[in-house]
Amino acid sequence: MTAKVTLQDVERVAELAHLELAPEEAPRMVGDLNAILDYVAELNELDTTGVEPLAQVSELESAERASVLRADVQLPSLDRGAVMAAAPETDQVFFKVPKVIER
Amino acid sequence: MPTETKTVENYVEKPKTLAELRADLVGGKVKAADLAARYYDRIAEVNPRLNVYLSLSKERALAQAARVDALAAKGDPLPPLAGVPVGVKDVLVMKGAPATAGSKILKGYQPPYDATAVSKLEAAGAVLLGKLNCDEFAMGSSNENSAYGPVRNPVDTERVPGGSSGGSAAAVAANMAVASLGTDTGGSIRQPASFCGVVGVLPTYGRVSRYGLIAFASSLDRVGPFAGNVRDAATLLGVIAGHDPKDATSSPAPVPDFAAESDKPVEGLRVGVPAEYFAEGLDAEVRANIEKGIAGLKAAGCTVKPVSLPHTRYAIPTYYLVATAEASANLARFDGVRYGYRSPASETLAGLYKNSREEGFGAEVKRRILLGTYALSAGYYDAYYRKAQQVRRLLAEEFLRVFADVDAIVTPTAPTAAFKLGEKTGDPLAMYLADIYTVTASLAGICGVTVPCGATAAGLPVGMQVLAAHLKEGTAFRVARAVEAAQI
Repeated sequence: MTAKVTLQDVERVAELAHLELAPEEAPRMVGDLNAILDYVAELNELDTTGVEPLAQVSELESAERASVLRADVQLPSLDRGAVMAAAPETDQVFFKVPKVIER
Repeated sequence: MPTETKTVENYVEKPKTLAELRADLVGGKVKAADLAARYYDRIAEVNPRLNVYLSLSKERALAQAARVDALAAKGDPLPPLAGVPVGVKDVLVMKGAPATAGSKILKGYQPPYDATAVSKLEAAGAVLLGKLNCDEFAMGSSNENSAYGPVRNPVDTERVPGGSSGGSAAAVAANMAVASLGTDTGGSIRQPASFCGVVGVLPTYGRVSRYGLIAFASSLDRVGPFAGNVRDAATLLGVIAGHDPKDATSSPAPVPDFAAESDKPVEGLRVGVPAEYFAEGLDAEVRANIEKGIAGLKAAGCTVKPVSLPHTRYAIPTYYLVATAEASANLARFDGVRYGYRSPASETLAGLYKNSREEGFGAEVKRRILLGTYALSAGYYDAYYRKAQQVRRLLAEEFLRVFADVDAIVTPTAPTAAFKLGEKTGDPLAMYLADIYTVTASLAGICGVTVPCGATAAGLPVGMQVLAAHLKEGTAFRVARAVEAAQI
């Protein structure tokens, strides 16, 4: 957990996150991430062998809260026209994006 | 030569209580429409200086006020928040009103539906004045990460209001709303409430529906109220709480009458004071005020005893791994396709995603997405994300053990009073530490209230955090009422 983040790491993670960092941004992020990761390395002091990860806290309130699924029935969704009205580019039925497949 | 002294600009003005407003309305002393108009005048007067509201929903507010006035004129029973002017943090959606989440990437977006907390407030008669400024996607502790400029603290405009719900806290402190809604992921209701001298509530995880909340970290996000006093905050929570089929994480537990719960005396309640929250890093003036508050609780008949939460020091690292991992997933939806900002010059779909996100997100949001993506990436998942989730369980179980012995835990809400604008913007880690006393309850899913508890010599408010076990908001309100009554 003490691995040093390099510029290449930041560029790889940015690619995974669909972020295009400006040339001056990337080196700053390297510094920030290393400072933060150095700090979180404190967790290594704790022995967590055998501790079950806690992904969500509802189970702590009551056992029934651990799994809540509604009945599998169709319910009304948002109005399509209203949703499309908020889109940057649309033909009112679909969202429009640049061409993905060349013919 | 006389030394230059800078006058502190102060916009603090306490709103009337819900009971006073109701008496005015029922007695015909005021009309809801006039009250709304008065609040819009106040907003027009002070908003240019404080930057609290990002948009106003006048048409909707005035229509609602007219409905309330029509009910009152007929002598019909009025709903619990009839005519109460309320502001809404701009991460909760309101049909037809801009929803920016403090980000450029949602500029121009007008969602087609209401968040459940918003529609519940309106069904209870509240008049929704507009949307309140906040840190971008609720990521920040000072409101300086808003793409629309920082909010200024009404107590001292050279200082931050706290964050991320800085606008929600400042709106109540400056009487630009009687109450407001905010959200709290790691302290985003409690810390700004403390910095601005108002009451803020962290409900139990799942107590209030998040339907219509623009998500930051889904295992941590909560919606809660701000108000000028504890009883009113309790009333507001009663209105917005409850199960919602549209939010699978909302709790089916019955909602008690929180205001009535808050009226109960505190005599005999056991209050724990954890030494870990009074260690190095706590400002001496904050400590002195909190100690006075604890003395007030003793005088009111509480049994005060020391408790220990030894994993507290691991809470910030745990929080920043869990929250950023979840954020990196939640914020993947902002890609310039379905809503908000789209970068104009993109020839490919991949370019459209990247350019829209690069141009639309601010620095802190990018930093957290990168950290979260890194913590979840192949080879690092076990070392970071899984490890943090394991420590999260240790932190949560520690609270459950302590709550077997005490009814409530009291701590400072923040290690310092409000800091100056720009003071921490260059150092992300220093900013994260502003949440050191609040992230623990966020990770454990328990509830809490922050209540004003004195002020520093410079007049800056100090807040006391009262924590209680899952679903025990009533107990937290009772203890907070006693602190309020002690008038520290």
